[in-house]
Amino acid sequence: MGRMLLRRVGVFAVTIVVASVIVFGVMAVLPGDPAVVALGVNADPELLQQTREQFGTDRPLAEQYMSWAGGLLQGDFGTSYVTDAPIGPVVVDRLLVTLWLVGLGLVVAVALAVPLGVASAVWHRKARGTALAAVSQAGMAVPAFVLAILLVSIFAVRLQWVESSGWVPPAEDPVEFLKQIALPVLSLGLVQAALLSRYVRSATLDVLREDYLRTARAKGLTPGRALVRHGLRNASIPVVTVLGLQVVALLVDAIIIEVIFVVPGLGSLLLESVSNRDLLTVQGVVMVIVGVVLVVNLLVDLLYVAIDPRLRRS
Amino acid sequence: MSRFRTIAAVGLATGLLAVSACSAGSSADPPESRDSATLAFTAEPANLDFTTTDGTAIPQVLMDNVYEGLVKLDQNGEVVPALAKSWTISPDRRTYEFKLQQDATFSNGEPFTAEDVKFSIERVQSDAWTISLKSYMDPVERVEVVSPDTVRVVLSRPSNSWLFNMTTRVGAMFDPKGVSDLANQPVGTGPYELGEWNRGDSIVLRRRDDYWGEEPALRTVTFKYFQDATSASNALLSEGADVIANYQALDALAQFEGDDQFEVSEGTTNGEVVLAMNNASGPLQDIRLRKAVMYAVDRQALLESTSNGMGQLIGSMVPPTDPWYEDLSDLYTHDPQRARQLVEQAGGPVRLRLRVPNLPYAVAAAQVVKSDLSEVGITAVIQPLEFPAAWLQQVFTNHSYDMSIIQHVEPRDIATFADPAYYWGYDNPQVQRLVAEADTGTPQQQNARMQEVARTLAEDAVADWLYLFPNVHVFAADLNGVPQNQVGESFDVTDLSWAS
Repeated sequence: MGRMLLRRVGVFAVTIVVASVIVFGVMAVLPGDPAVVALGVNADPELLQQTREQFGTDRPLAEQYMSWAGGLLQGDFGTSYVTDAPIGPVVVDRLLVTLWLVGLGLVVAVALAVPLGVASAVWHRKARGTALAAVSQAGMAVPAFVLAILLVSIFAVRLQWVESSGWVPPAEDPVEFLKQIALPVLSLGLVQAALLSRYVRSATLDVLREDYLRTARAKGLTPGRALVRHGLRNASIPVVTVLGLQVVALLVDAIIIEVIFVVPGLGSLLLESVSNRDLLTVQGVVMVIVGVVLVVNLLVDLLYVAIDPRLRRS
Repeated sequence: MSRFRTIAAVGLATGLLAVSACSAGSSADPPESRDSATLAFTAEPANLDFTTTDGTAIPQVLMDNVYEGLVKLDQNGEVVPALAKSWTISPDRRTYEFKLQQDATFSNGEPFTAEDVKFSIERVQSDAWTISLKSYMDPVERVEVVSPDTVRVVLSRPSNSWLFNMTTRVGAMFDPKGVSDLANQPVGTGPYELGEWNRGDSIVLRRRDDYWGEEPALRTVTFKYFQDATSASNALLSEGADVIANYQALDALAQFEGDDQFEVSEGTTNGEVVLAMNNASGPLQDIRLRKAVMYAVDRQALLESTSNGMGQLIGSMVPPTDPWYEDLSDLYTHDPQRARQLVEQAGGPVRLRLRVPNLPYAVAAAQVVKSDLSEVGITAVIQPLEFPAAWLQQVFTNHSYDMSIIQHVEPRDIATFADPAYYWGYDNPQVQRLVAEADTGTPQQQNARMQEVARTLAEDAVADWLYLFPNVHVFAADLNGVPQNQVGESFDVTDLSWAS
């Protein structure tokens, strides 16, 4: 257990370093001089040079990287030369917003996918099981942003039950928060629910065919009780793997969903920063996303151990 | 059993939440407060300091609303009084004497005086301003404070464009005590001040109690930023916004046009959509080939197919709101036969690179241009370039192009044709002389010279002015005072009011 943890942390560190080099490299070759973007295309060359010095973009790339990475090590994301504000607090603010979307999206996905998947597995020989499977199959084919636009035109524009866009922190106005976050969360969650239910279904089907389940039935348990007491834990191992991947997919989808619903999360920050050539902020955001993905992977590994006692023994 | 129950309970709870959210929405719709409005825009400012950050987003929200200049533009493009009550120009056209409003104050409580004018103008010339537009202030030799409400500006040479440029952000009046945090805390003399800035979402302007002029009707005005046009439309349809300013998705206008809840206004902009031709290198140095392009492209059809018929044919680099405007759109009528002859005279079929920015209007127009040109023996190869960076580098800076399509949005940018180093590659001493004379002459002389410039450019077929970009706003039908034309840099909200 300890060795595994140590190895995981090692992998984590190496990945972060590699990612930081890649992110920095990509930003460095991105066309568009931040100083020109700030001052306009006909800017005075002398002022341009002065601005580059002020931004620090005139220094050699290696030096820029070292000072940026050095700051990161101390938890300092630097100061944006476009907004003149420290990047760290901004990124954290935006991350919290995105985590609401991703977290609630995941809740919706799991809440729908598990009952749906189990039901369609249990009923797999019946018409209603096939119908459920077909629904989830179709749901998988719909991209989140298409669903988003569809949901908005029905529930916000036509019925006016909820807001079409915007964001209020939950602590400020919980009702408004729910009205504004309902559609983004559903757009994210429903698509992932469709995907997840496929895995739940096939994992449950596998378990249903196992000998120990027949044994459980033989000792007098009803099919439902047998599945719940002996089946679900075993079925959940492959599902947890997929869940980890889905958190990452949700993060990526959230970038587009945030733009559609005008939610001030990491995704919209990323887009704004790219168009303003606010390279330091872009780097910061991407590093945070990389960090979140790595943490999620770590959690998935730990979850395996929690679910499957056999892994603890080895 | 416990695990299954928990999951089912979560599912149920989510469902209930959704239901309660829905019912709350339908029953508790608040009555619309009638002293505020929300306007949907596209690009959010990165900061609020237009003295060091270029671009249209900052002056759009701040000029005329938060900051004011001595003069401003009215809806017809005329220079009219603002913080200056009146002004006189000396016979040699080098000295401007401004009489100032006496009871104007800054939002930090400081009075506005002639000293502030001197401070603001000299600040543009100092290193505090870094954006390229600061060159607008180059003609100023010195500023003299005559009395607290009189200020004299002496130019090193006569310049009509200087007074015009004073209507832009360069002419904004600052308080010496109000410039410490321009990026976050603008301090101006305007009827509104910055209320709240929710980054990534909106900027709220709050009406001041102590404004010197007429108090605007709305207490708060919110500039809300939608990067996605569909989101903005949905916000308007679901009452999350009252105006979509500078509506871009013109082919989607139908959803509002049939609905009497909404009004669609079309006005003019300063945005000439230009099919630029490289006059300095490549096949288009030949005027016959440039004229062939002028005759080949069916601009009316292009307007119909790319901007839903909105916009205006102009025929030169002058929008109708400039005093020297003259309709030159008939100079080259659509005549493929004539174009083919010109191509033959110039040496037969050619291949040209049409390097366009990856912006919707440019890509759409490029398709039409390509197909029109193919009928007269010109093969246009469309090469989309990422905008702004790649396009600016390749076309604007390196002049590596034969043709391009881009909207030129700066006011009175016809003067760029007098700059041989500009990417048009057009070097005509006569035009350069006329532009210089226009700047130093009387307003009558200015009009006459500029008309001659516009005509010369059209006759030389320097570029193909495809159309003037329309200024389309979609808004709630009971909202009055939405400015129809875009004449300057600002979106002036001071006339907005709700019909009672």
